[in-house]
Amino acid sequence: MKGIIVAMPQTEATMKKQTSAAPDSAVSVRNVSKNYGTVEALKNLSLEFPRGQLTSLLGPSGCGKTTLLKIIAGLLQPTSGRIEVNGAEVEGPGPDRAFVFQDFALLPWASVIRNVAFGLELRGVAKSERESIAERYIRDVGLTGFEHSYPHELSGGMRQRVGLARALSVDAQVLLLDEPFSAVDEQTRRKFQEDLLSLVKHENKTFIFVTHSIEEAVYVSDQIAILLPRPSRVSEIIRPTGFRHKDVDSIRRDPEYLDIVDQIWASLRSYVE
Amino acid sequence: MTVFGYRLPAMSSLLVWGLLWEIIGRLGLTFFIPPLSEVIGTLFEIIGTPAFLKALSETSYAFFSGVTISIVVGIPVGILMGKSRLLDELLLPWVNIFLSAPLTALVPVLMVLFGFGMTSIIITTTLFAIWIIILNARAGVMQINRSLVEMGRSFGASPLDAFFKIYLWAALPEILGGVRIGIIRAVKGVIIGQLLISIVGFGALFELYSSNFLMSHFWAVLIVLFALAFSISELLAYLERRVAYYAAKR
Amino acid sequence: MQNRPLILKLLSAAIVFGAWEIAGRIPVSYAFPTFLETMEALVRMTLDGSIFQAYAETLKPLVLGVAISAFLGITLGLWIGLSSWFDWLFSPIFVVMQAAPLAALIPILVMAYGIGLTSKIFVVCIMAMPVIVLNTSSAVRNTPASMKEMAHSFLAKDRDVLLKIILPAASPIIFSGLRLGISAGFIGAILSELKITPTGVGDIITYSRSIADYPSMYAAIFSIILLAVVFLNLLEKLENYLFEGNNRGYASD
Repeated sequence: MKGIIVAMPQTEATMKKQTSAAPDSAVSVRNVSKNYGTVEALKNLSLEFPRGQLTSLLGPSGCGKTTLLKIIAGLLQPTSGRIEVNGAEVEGPGPDRAFVFQDFALLPWASVIRNVAFGLELRGVAKSERESIAERYIRDVGLTGFEHSYPHELSGGMRQRVGLARALSVDAQVLLLDEPFSAVDEQTRRKFQEDLLSLVKHENKTFIFVTHSIEEAVYVSDQIAILLPRPSRVSEIIRPTGFRHKDVDSIRRDPEYLDIVDQIWASLRSYVE
Repeated sequence: MTVFGYRLPAMSSLLVWGLLWEIIGRLGLTFFIPPLSEVIGTLFEIIGTPAFLKALSETSYAFFSGVTISIVVGIPVGILMGKSRLLDELLLPWVNIFLSAPLTALVPVLMVLFGFGMTSIIITTTLFAIWIIILNARAGVMQINRSLVEMGRSFGASPLDAFFKIYLWAALPEILGGVRIGIIRAVKGVIIGQLLISIVGFGALFELYSSNFLMSHFWAVLIVLFALAFSISELLAYLERRVAYYAAKR
Repeated sequence: MQNRPLILKLLSAAIVFGAWEIAGRIPVSYAFPTFLETMEALVRMTLDGSIFQAYAETLKPLVLGVAISAFLGITLGLWIGLSSWFDWLFSPIFVVMQAAPLAALIPILVMAYGIGLTSKIFVVCIMAMPVIVLNTSSAVRNTPASMKEMAHSFLAKDRDVLLKIILPAASPIIFSGLRLGISAGFIGAILSELKITPTGVGDIITYSRSIADYPSMYAAIFSIILLAVVFLNLLEKLENYLFEGNNRGYASD
């Protein structure tokens, strides 16, 4: 399989390969374990997230993808191990990371513009300033004209655009996306995926993207980490290379894209009930 | 609530309040609050007395009659309202009015129409319980999933079959919820009725104890009443969870 | 048939009031006046102002009792919802109060506080407070976890989470707790006027009954029920208007 690095991540050899492919990590996960009582959710998991790229966490349900993402976000504490963002250890939520929620987590009593500006509001940015920033990102996600609408007046896809704009407006270097498109319909989802690709290209940010869709992961990722459950661990890391620079319309017809999708399904199918 | 890693049972704080009651009673701060131990002693004294048993049986009689009428009349009316739009539009405003109306104001009317006796108390109890039972049965029938109705039709269920095998079960969680709230309201209704028509049941007992300033007797009866009411409501909640186990998963 | 609901409502009212009129004319009981006689008595009491004096008296314990219950109930409910220790200590009391026939406390309240305004306010409070406390605490406890998580991930302080997430998210349920509390308060206010001392509307009811002026008695009862129902319905309308869409807007719609 050309252009694919298939690797067991915790051996020395593969660590080297990764370092050569991605010399600079924005986020490092080092030997992280997370136990709930006697249940091991994550076990001794290590992973590097290259700066300016999009890394997907992919795996069957219950494999701890969201747990890992929330540990990186600082919303959950690991039982052992450490997380580093730009070399500094994570001890809680910080201004260097912004989260996009699976169920959007919008404030239903607040207008779109207040929702988008909410992260800045919590940081004490003055109203006029934060609203002008919010307006810019509302435009960027294509919601101009809806500034004063309320979440219940928007479709699911538009609500998630609000969630995305909120995360972008705090200007964090790392964006954490927890199955952001799982609650929107297929067509909206495709549009989102294309928009996400152009975001990765134009915003100089590191994206960590949790998904359970194989096609989605392969379509948008620079690096895919496949997680297997009970206890959760990284089973392989895949870096699609051949079609990343092609335009959005031809990716799904690229032979390498199809190969990777098949290969991932082959390794995951035995874990699907 | 956990203390030193040990989980305290949910209602255990009542023991703390009981202790506080005992202390206040022992300190003799007020004549109206005798020590809890004294109240409990009195409770065991009076619980077998004819006066208490008479009050209990009269109250139970009024309560069960009222609840039975409410259930037997309320559920069918609610189901009919859920099925027939005309009936629904004619009755719903009145059900809503009586649901939020201060029904205590109607007790004097019942007293002049039906006399100072059991009938008035039973009707009061019914009036407190029936409206929510109707409303919930109606809501239960109205929320039945359309595809469940169509499934019945496509598999050729007769209207009777469809009613007893599908609609009743599909609406059961709401119906039971209504019955539970209705019964809790009936407990309040039966006591309010007895307080205003104070020659029957616990109403008469309260009158007797309070005019003779028998504080620990009074509190003993209150404890019995509250404990009974609480047990009824917990038991019903438990039964509802057992029977309507599928309610959350529809 | 755009105004079918309205026509049916009027029809329904006409049927019920018509039945009342006919039953009164038969008459089914010497103590059952016709609908028209009752309305006549209501108009008479309205014109001579006696009904307004009565309501000034009746609404006093109701308004004071509801205000006290709202203030104490919401404060206590917030504490119970936020602190597991408070929850353990206070919740059982209000759970029992919610299920128990608290009206039975009236004789003791009368012995302790006499037959004046204090006792009546107490009656309104014990009726209205449990539902306010329980609604507030469960609303606070059930704030959507993802919204709190969102606030934390955007670096909210505890004060921000309380003021900007928990309180707005809980306010619809708190408000409907208040409405249910007011509904129970009406029951308490009338109960105390009938049981403790006849004042206000309770006085009209009791006095007219004693002189067998049944139209006036029925009119007073009609008016208090009308007042309670209209007021509570307006509150519900206000609630729907204020919190429109508040319970929507989540992914699970």
